Amino acid sequence: MNSSHHAEHANSLTEPHRVGMLSFLVSEVAFFGTLLAVYIAYIGQTTTGPKPDVLSLPLAILGTVFLVASSFTVHFADHALKLAKPFWFRGWWLLTIIFGAMFLVVTAIEWKGLIEEHGLTIATNIFGTTYYTVVGFHAAHLTVGLLAMLIILGLECSGQLTGKNAIGAELVSWYWHFVDGVWIFVFTIVYLIGR
Amino acid sequence: MQSAIVDNSTETRMATKPPWTVYLHDYITTVDHKKIGILYILMALVFLVIGGVEAILIRWQLFWPRADIIPPKLFNQLFTMHGTTMVFFVGMPILIGLGNYFVPLMIGARDMAFPRLNSLGFWATFLGGMIVYFSFLAGDPPDVGWFAYAPLTEKTFSRGIGTDCWATGLLVSGVGTIAGGVNFIATIVGLRAPGMTIGKVPFFVWTILWTSAQIVLAIPPLSAALIMVLLDRHLGAHFFDPQTGGSAYLWQHLFWFFGHPEVYILILPAFGMISEVIPVFSRKVLFGYEFMAAATMGIAFISLGVWAHHMFTVGMSRPMEIGFAASSLLVSIPTGIKMFNWLATMQGGKIRMDSPMLFACGFLGVFVFGGLTGVMLAAVPIDWQVSDSYFVVAHFHTVLIGGTLFATFAGLHYWYPKMTGRMLNERLAKWQFWILLIGFLLTFGPMHISGILGMPRRIYTYPPDRGWDIWNQVATIGALIQAPSFVLFLVNVIGSRWWGKPAGNNPWNAWTLEWATSSPPPAYNFNEVPVVRSRRPLWDLQHPEDPDWKYEGEHA
Repeated sequence: MNSSHHAEHANSLTEPHRVGMLSFLVSEVAFFGTLLAVYIAYIGQTTTGPKPDVLSLPLAILGTVFLVASSFTVHFADHALKLAKPFWFRGWWLLTIIFGAMFLVVTAIEWKGLIEEHGLTIATNIFGTTYYTVVGFHAAHLTVGLLAMLIILGLECSGQLTGKNAIGAELVSWYWHFVDGVWIFVFTIVYLIGR
Repeated sequence: MQSAIVDNSTETRMATKPPWTVYLHDYITTVDHKKIGILYILMALVFLVIGGVEAILIRWQLFWPRADIIPPKLFNQLFTMHGTTMVFFVGMPILIGLGNYFVPLMIGARDMAFPRLNSLGFWATFLGGMIVYFSFLAGDPPDVGWFAYAPLTEKTFSRGIGTDCWATGLLVSGVGTIAGGVNFIATIVGLRAPGMTIGKVPFFVWTILWTSAQIVLAIPPLSAALIMVLLDRHLGAHFFDPQTGGSAYLWQHLFWFFGHPEVYILILPAFGMISEVIPVFSRKVLFGYEFMAAATMGIAFISLGVWAHHMFTVGMSRPMEIGFAASSLLVSIPTGIKMFNWLATMQGGKIRMDSPMLFACGFLGVFVFGGLTGVMLAAVPIDWQVSDSYFVVAHFHTVLIGGTLFATFAGLHYWYPKMTGRMLNERLAKWQFWILLIGFLLTFGPMHISGILGMPRRIYTYPPDRGWDIWNQVATIGALIQAPSFVLFLVNVIGSRWWGKPAGNNPWNAWTLEWATSSPPPAYNFNEVPVVRSRRPLWDLQHPEDPDWKYEGEHA
């Protein structure tokens, strides 16, 4: 709807959708930065109940592998879309969704163990409070990412990921990289430093 | 998609009169940045009246020592709602509303980058206000103060629904504010008219850009903190409960990490409007545009590192105190640069004292005063002496009313002709200005003194033997003098809508793009997208023999 001169920056970083997504992701950085700062402030403050040593490092590493792999696959998918190779796009994109879902399964297994074996809930102590908040909000963002990727996949398969929608896959892939990047910080702070 | 009133020009509106439901439907479903801007402004004006009534009630109770007009609980609820209302549902919406209306026009765009997100932003803000005010209907408005210090917000101390309404409402309106910030950034970075490089944007646009950057960086931490309060209250989490391992002190850090950038979110667009009005009514270009632009950026960055000056009395470490005092004092440098540049813009100019300029001059005088007490409060020993006293109340009302409100009135009087096609009544506007100024000085001047004499903020009454009576009485009289000025403004705004003189496209002979189109602008803003070569495109158009770009080029 805007005039032709805007077309000239269709592939540049000043394209409004890209700027909008970047600004939104900056706000998300501020959000997770706050959650993680609070987590760090409370490391070692837990006096009663389960402490961070109940966390399973192998499970967290497994989840990390899924998530890091998904960042690669989503990149390949976006690349394939730009090269107009729909078959490869669908393949890599679907694999990304599967890796993301596997991460959520790992989180679910981890939480089940924490709740049933160790009796750790958000109300148990300050560790439970901060742990479930940080990991929970990350998982919630990941779930939103999965929904967005399913929508993009639906659009692509019905031939609607063209024209002004075409940038959608790229923006969702940015969001996905962001969620992945947040996890690297969560993993480092919660499972390596705080444990 | 558009209804019967696609063409907004005055003639068409006079000729055809669709029923009011058409207008209502049109405004509720609109994605036009101008209509959304007006919705924001109307919302802010309604909440301004509500927050003002709350203020009058507070002042009424404090007129006599040991008065019992308003019970203590209700008094706490009134000052909580007054502060929350003025910051979140008056200050930010009116600035975002003016930004919504004028940023696309000033950069030569046809709308914001994301019109539907824009609509979401307004309705989320509005819904947030409704949720906070629902607490009155539920019989339990929040009474925790606008910064809601922990552990007062824990279930143990606030058992009713008030704190939940407060936290949820601010969370929801925060989503709207972030949506607005993201939209502004995308619009200003991505949709400028051809030739308008980022160094040539009108100054108001530049300040909205940096306010949006602050919104994006400072509101999410508040959202996170509000979520933690709600988790504490409803899922039994322990973030802010010191008895179970939480920390009340942490809340203060989180809240003020948002809270201090927030006051710059409220003042930067005000600086922007002053920087539009003073050049036009001095008939000169803005003095030192580049320095002004850099000072705006400087304030936006420094503001992220000053928050703990709100916490000097909680017992932080000495290095923290010195560091935050130093960073807070630093803010006075870019702010001083702005002040001197505005004065230098006026110097030697052909000054026209129309109502926008009158408010701008009022801003210059009063804001300096509030800024100076800010410098005092940044010094730790002075802060220890007067923190949480009426001196602080006087300080932030002086900068928020003397700064944000006066500048917003300057902007509203400046742009009203563009928004409605009609001029405001100058006589009413001047009465409004002088009544407001006198009432304002009488209200907040004495509070400096009662604060230095030791009167704590937020007490619902005081003993008669402290020497505070007279200052409270003058303050209350001042508030009663201020009140009619707002009535005059509303009468002027409503009356001039129908009976004001027709404005024409450019009644002030101004130079930025919003004055290049009709008043009010058509839905598509511009017939053809303008091409820009300098910071004053309309000057270039009127003076082809002596255009600005000849001179701006010398420095670029």
